[in-house]
Parts: sequence; C-alpha cells; structure tokens
Amino acid sequence: MIEIKDICKVYPTRLGDFTALDQVNLTIEDGDIFGIIGESGAGKSTLVRCINMLETPTSGQILIDGKDVTKYKGQQLREFRGSVGMIFQHFSLFQQSTVLKNVMFPLEIRGEKDNTRALELLKRVGIADKAGSYPSELSGGQQQRVAIARALVNQPQIMLCDEATSALDSRTTIQILDLLKSINKEMGVTMIMITHSLDVAKRVCNRIAVIDHGQIAEVGPTMEVFDNPQSKATKLLISHYNGTIVDEEVL
Amino acid sequence: MEAISAFMDEFGELLALGCWESFLMTALSCMFAYVIGLPLGTWFHMTKDNGLAPNKAVNTVLGWVINIGRSIPFIILLVAIIPFTRLVVGTSLGVQGAIVPLTISAAPFVARMVEQSLAEVDEGLIEAAHSFGANNFQIVTKVMLKESLPSLIRGAAITFVTLFGYAAMAGTVGAGGLGSIAIRSGYQRWNTAIMIVSVVLCVIFVQVFQTIGDVIARKVDKRAR
Repeated sequence: MIEIKDICKVYPTRLGDFTALDQVNLTIEDGDIFGIIGESGAGKSTLVRCINMLETPTSGQILIDGKDVTKYKGQQLREFRGSVGMIFQHFSLFQQSTVLKNVMFPLEIRGEKDNTRALELLKRVGIADKAGSYPSELSGGQQQRVAIARALVNQPQIMLCDEATSALDSRTTIQILDLLKSINKEMGVTMIMITHSLDVAKRVCNRIAVIDHGQIAEVGPTMEVFDNPQSKATKLLISHYNGTIVDEEVL
Repeated sequence: MEAISAFMDEFGELLALGCWESFLMTALSCMFAYVIGLPLGTWFHMTKDNGLAPNKAVNTVLGWVINIGRSIPFIILLVAIIPFTRLVVGTSLGVQGAIVPLTISAAPFVARMVEQSLAEVDEGLIEAAHSFGANNFQIVTKVMLKESLPSLIRGAAITFVTLFGYAAMAGTVGAGGLGSIAIRSGYQRWNTAIMIVSVVLCVIFVQVFQTIGDVIARKVDKRAR
C-alpha cells in the first residue's frame, strides 16, 4: 500500500515560490492500476516523481508498506529506487546499448550478470527476437516494450508510468495498455499511471485521481468519477474529452 | 626521376624520422591530455547547477582553470614552462620536451570538448538511470560517457589534429618532427623543396587522422541516422 500524506512540493523561482503540489493525500492499494489525470502542468509528473524520490517533497510523507521513503538517503535511497519500476513518455532507452543491455541495466548496476530473467521478460513483452538490436532500429511500440521489460527486470512491486503511451499511435497505445494490464494481473505489480488521456484512464485504471493546480480535485473508482464527476476540474476534463467547449463559469 | 631519388637519398630518412616524431608527439600528448582533460571536463559538467553533483564554488574554479589554460597562447606556454618541463622529463628538447607543454595546453581544451559532449546526453536517460537506482559514478561511466561516445571520438579527432599543429610550432624551439624539418631544414636554409614536402606530409597526416576519427565515430554511433 502506498500512502501519500500531505505532500507539498515548492520550487523557488525568481518570481517567488511556485507550489507544484499542495497538500496532496492519496492512498493506492496493492494491485491497483491507479490513474493520475489532469491538464499539463497540473503536477502529475512531480507527484509521480515524489513516489520514487526522483523529486524530494518539500514536506509530507510517502509511506510504502508503512515505511516513510522520504527519509531515505544515499545507498538506501538508491536501493529503494531500484525496487520501483518506471517507464517514460519518450521511452528513455540507452541509444548506444542493445535491447538486452538496456533491460540488463537495472541489474548490472547491482553487479548482477545473469541475463536469464531479462531474456524471459523480452519474450514476455513480445520482442525476444530484438535482443541484439539497438533502440534506433525499433518502432515506438517496440521501444516501449523494451522499457517495460527493463522496468520489470528487478521484480518491482510498484511500477510508475509517466505518459507511457502519449508518444504512440492509437493502435499501439491499445497494445501497450493491454500489455500493462496483463502484467498487472499476472505479476500483481501495482501501477501508477500519469496520463492526460481519459481514454487511457478508462481502458486500464481501476481508480483515478484528478489533479488540478497541484491539488487533488477528486479520487474514486474510474467509472464513478466519469459518470458522476463532482469537481469542476473533472467536469472540465470530461467536457474537453467530449469535444464540447464549456465556459468555466457555467460549471 | 633522378631528382626525386636524389632528394629521397638525401632527405628520406630525415622525413621518415620526422613523420614518426610528429606522430609520437601528437599521440602521446593527446593521450596524456585526455588523462587530465577527461576527468576534468566530467567533473566540470557534474558540478554545474543542473548537474549530478552541483557545486557552484568548484564549478567556478574549474571554469576559471579551464579558460585560463585555453587562453594562454601555446608558443608562450611552451617557453614559460621550460623549467617545469625539465623537472618532469629532464629536458626541454626533442619529443620528450614537447610532450609536456603540448599536454598542458591541450588538457583544458579536452576538458571543454568533453563537457560539450556530455552536455548533449539526453536528460531523460540520466533520469531513467536515477530511477533504477544508479549512483553518480555509474551514471557517468555507464550512461553519460557511453551515450556520448561518438561525440567524444569526434572531439578526440579534433584534439589530435590541433595538437599536430601545435607540435609543428614546438619544432621552432627544439622539438623534432615535421614542423621542425619544415622550419629548420626548409624555411631557414632556403630549401623550398624540403619545406614543401614536409608541409604536404603534414596535410596528408591531418587528412588521414581526421578520416580515421570520422570512420570510428560513425561506426560506434548506434543512434538513428
């Protein structure tokens, strides 16, 4: 279980402090595919990066199975990060390394050399024949599959997906989402997905949180939130999704 | 034909030795310049504001050292550090004597080239490496240096060619090599033929090593083209 408690993230800027996250509270259960949706700049990326401490929250706690990970430092912090998988919008594969080397990276930095699991995962994500290829030789969908294998190689309990399908076409998006969903079922990996796409959230997430200006506007089971939106931010997102232009004042 | 064979009889050995000395001076000083410049440039890059280990004080000092090193004209550095050169290699003459000033003048240049190459590495890859729990040393060696390898090799080719030119200049003050032949046996003794031949050899030298650099850089580059 991931409990996010009163998380604030403030960036000092020349024009004064910018609050990216403002008293965020969320609970994510084991096995969830939890969607965090919102407009660009709402704080989605910052929030998900606080979970694996790529960003250090200014205040608040993040409890994973009861342990406050915001206290971690040095080697303990790196070990914790390694236990959380992450995939990215632009795949972030190492261009000068083969597919297999990319998948091995999280293991290699721990001094592990055995590539059995890496090869198994490449098979699982459907690109076993590409082990010796370089990322530039692969399509976007294939590259994201490599990234998924790389994120899973350390057998994480949690996987963070940062706009994982935003750079892909709609057909590939569906394939990747279905892959993530089946991995969630099979391996019981808790997934946290940032997306600005309601389609993505609807297809895979069992629960979602709507974030707006650094604050959680609404949390709940996906269909409930869509069918009966409570907050202005959610209503606005849904109206944009439906292609209707609604004056904010009306809401 | 006879003229050519007479020329070769007289100067062939001298020119062959000159080529070898030029290569030796350039290659050795290039190597030593990287021994100093590669860590220096990496450290400089790491201590930048958005770097792996931001440190404004260290970064400012390193920036100064690198810029001062790059701004001293080589011919002045060459003469100014003669006592230091003698201390290190025992002489300020010949190939040995040239290597010390060549290394010292090229190291800051190399540092700047390395820093430029590392700055080209996609931030997203560094973030990804952090997310897998890599430490700074691993990020430098397994991500930054590896990803920027084609660019580093192109930089090394430029450094090599630049050092080759500097080595020729060192020829004026007692270093060996083609530069020394062009100046002392050619220019100063009114022997146009030997001067032209050694300059042509210099041109060939540069062409060959630049091409080798380009070919290797292309070969190691696995990015989309």
